Amino acid sequence: MAATMVGADEHIPIRGEDDIVAARQCARALAKRLGFGLLDQSRIATAVSELTRNVVRYAATGDAYIRPLEGAPRGTGIEIVVADRGPGIADVELAMRDGYSSGTGLGMGLPGTRRLVDEMEIDTAPGRGTTVTIRKWNRKRNR
Amino acid sequence: MARVPIIKVGETLIATVQDELRDSDALTLQTELSAAVERTGARGVLLDLSAVETVDSFLGRLLGEVAASTRLLGAVTVITGIQPAVAITLVELGLELKGVRTALNPEKGMALLRRLQRLQRLQGEENARLLPARAGSRNGRNDGRR
Repeated sequence: MAATMVGADEHIPIRGEDDIVAARQCARALAKRLGFGLLDQSRIATAVSELTRNVVRYAATGDAYIRPLEGAPRGTGIEIVVADRGPGIADVELAMRDGYSSGTGLGMGLPGTRRLVDEMEIDTAPGRGTTVTIRKWNRKRNR
Repeated sequence: MARVPIIKVGETLIATVQDELRDSDALTLQTELSAAVERTGARGVLLDLSAVETVDSFLGRLLGEVAASTRLLGAVTVITGIQPAVAITLVELGLELKGVRTALNPEKGMALLRRLQRLQRLQGEENARLLPARAGSRNGRNDGRR
């Protein structure tokens, strides 16, 4: 059976700091429609803000895709894919370590984001860009 | 756009963020607050975030920098109105805003600023009272106070 659609998939091109705000507002709005509580809405919006800022900071441009997950085994969820064709991450394990940063950040971008969501996958290689996929499930509604 | 007006009430500057802040808006607010403290000689800054729904690591770090830079200019910053969801998200993210004074709402923030400013004044008076005594004890006299 096909997953039930709650809303159309959203695509937000990331070109600059205005798009960081647009992407996190879009993710929050969908999370709210899906019945996520205020705390999860905040976690999701903040995670999207971190990931899209990485795009602006390290890759200049990229894309964010935001979609609902319904009919999945784990119930209602939200999935956000943030992709760029920037320099990529040479050592993902190192980038996931608390306190590590290759740029001007505080080094809490990726490990901090991981703590805000249920699932996070990073697909990256030097010179090939970075695609980060995060998912959050609405536990409240699943019970 | 998301510009933040700064108003002066007595010795305190009040800034209320009404809108989602882009990074550049947040940086502008930081420089404008420091400039306003310098220009007005304000002793306190109240920064109200009641309407802010998302605080990420960039804005969180900047709030700490606002507090630190205004402190160097002689003003105490109190951040008010952080929403419970934002507070939990910040801690999970790894940002506890240590060293930043906070209060539940602007009213409590103003009360905290008044207490802190009174404390500052008392400490100033105490220092002025103690300095001659310290200068005296350097001349070999031990007055029992270290």
